[in-house]
Amino acid sequence: MVLPHLDAAHNLARWLMRDATAAEDVLQEAMVRALTYFPGFRGVNPRGWLLQIVRNAAYGSMKLNRGIELVPIANGEENGGAAIAELPSGGDDPETSLIKARDRSHVQQLIGALPVELRETLVLRELEELSYKEIAELTRTPIGTVMSRLWRARRLLVQATREQRKAS
Amino acid sequence: MMTDERVAGGCDKVLLVQAEFDGELDAAQAAQLAAHRAGCPVCRAAEAELAQARELLQGDLYQPAPDDVRARVLARLNLVAPQSASAPARRFRVGDFAAWRPSTLGFGLGAACAAALMLFVLSPAEQSLTDQVVAGHVRALQPGHLQDVLSEDRHTVKPWFDGRIDFAPPVKDLAAQQFPLKGGRLDYIGGRPVAALVYQRDKHVIDLFVKPVAAGAVVAPETAEKNGYNVVHWVQDGMAFWAVSDVERNQLRDFATTWQRTP
Repeated sequence: MVLPHLDAAHNLARWLMRDATAAEDVLQEAMVRALTYFPGFRGVNPRGWLLQIVRNAAYGSMKLNRGIELVPIANGEENGGAAIAELPSGGDDPETSLIKARDRSHVQQLIGALPVELRETLVLRELEELSYKEIAELTRTPIGTVMSRLWRARRLLVQATREQRKAS
Repeated sequence: MMTDERVAGGCDKVLLVQAEFDGELDAAQAAQLAAHRAGCPVCRAAEAELAQARELLQGDLYQPAPDDVRARVLARLNLVAPQSASAPARRFRVGDFAAWRPSTLGFGLGAACAAALMLFVLSPAEQSLTDQVVAGHVRALQPGHLQDVLSEDRHTVKPWFDGRIDFAPPVKDLAAQQFPLKGGRLDYIGGRPVAALVYQRDKHVIDLFVKPVAAGAVVAPETAEKNGYNVVHWVQDGMAFWAVSDVERNQLRDFATTWQRTP
């Protein structure tokens, strides 16, 4: 059944939509779809199946509402690669420098600011703890792309935190 | 497969470092990587960044469904009875519900809401199970929600549950005892899907909720009353039963006794 995965469904909807009301609408629609189609479900992973429905509902909703979210990050991989730039040469004390910045709303904002493909990959991996393969199936994306998206998402988070910290 | 120089930021093994970090490498791959990493500052820096990223995400970031959202979702789902192959006319229309808001819905949704709250917010104690079956009964009395399988033939009703729930509820036809079988449906009681069999006594509907319990338990019929509905609960043959109806208490007890005696 899909009900045990309601929290997971909400988590994904909330992070994709970045808005409580929009997330609830998406969740409602997804759960209704899931229940309607559940008799035809023959897979072994109801959570992944439900998350996929949530994702479809969320993307559908974004498309209807604005279309902004659906525009892929400019120039895709290239730009993403440039954006995360090169790795630090060391010297600053990365282990401890970020911990103080780790308050919830700050990190929430950072994640919310990520492009949607990076955000969903990060949320599926770090919050839902799905494997690369599961994420690849769910997002219908090659594993290599999942890996690079995840890497970029993490890099952007760490870099943004570092920059904010420098600025303050 | 993962040699993206632009992403790697100077070393094509960075995504492998990440894969190891995420527990995606097998022992042989990990050993290979360890040899490389020993001489690669880029990979060691990457490892530190991964740890920082995870550290950042350690906060309270997971967004489980808040209680009110959960209640509203469940309320709506309870109105969407699981599909019956034999009743395609009752196909759920998304548009109907999309236009509805909880505030504008009447008693039926209120009851469903209450049931949902009880189901998932309160602990499923015995008392709330009584509440739940009554709420389930009231909910089912809303037009179009009583039966998913409409049949007076127990050989139709029983197999209908195959594949819809994880147990085979006993189905008996008590027409000879003035309790004809009318059909069945799925319901949620105690946080799990259960079978609800629908019987009739004169003009009154009797719902019989069936839920598997540990084998060997036996509970003699006990009666409760809630909001004007009578509930008789008993346990036999590894199944817990709740009969719910607005028929008189004695008649409902009679139903329970008849059910128990009928092979």
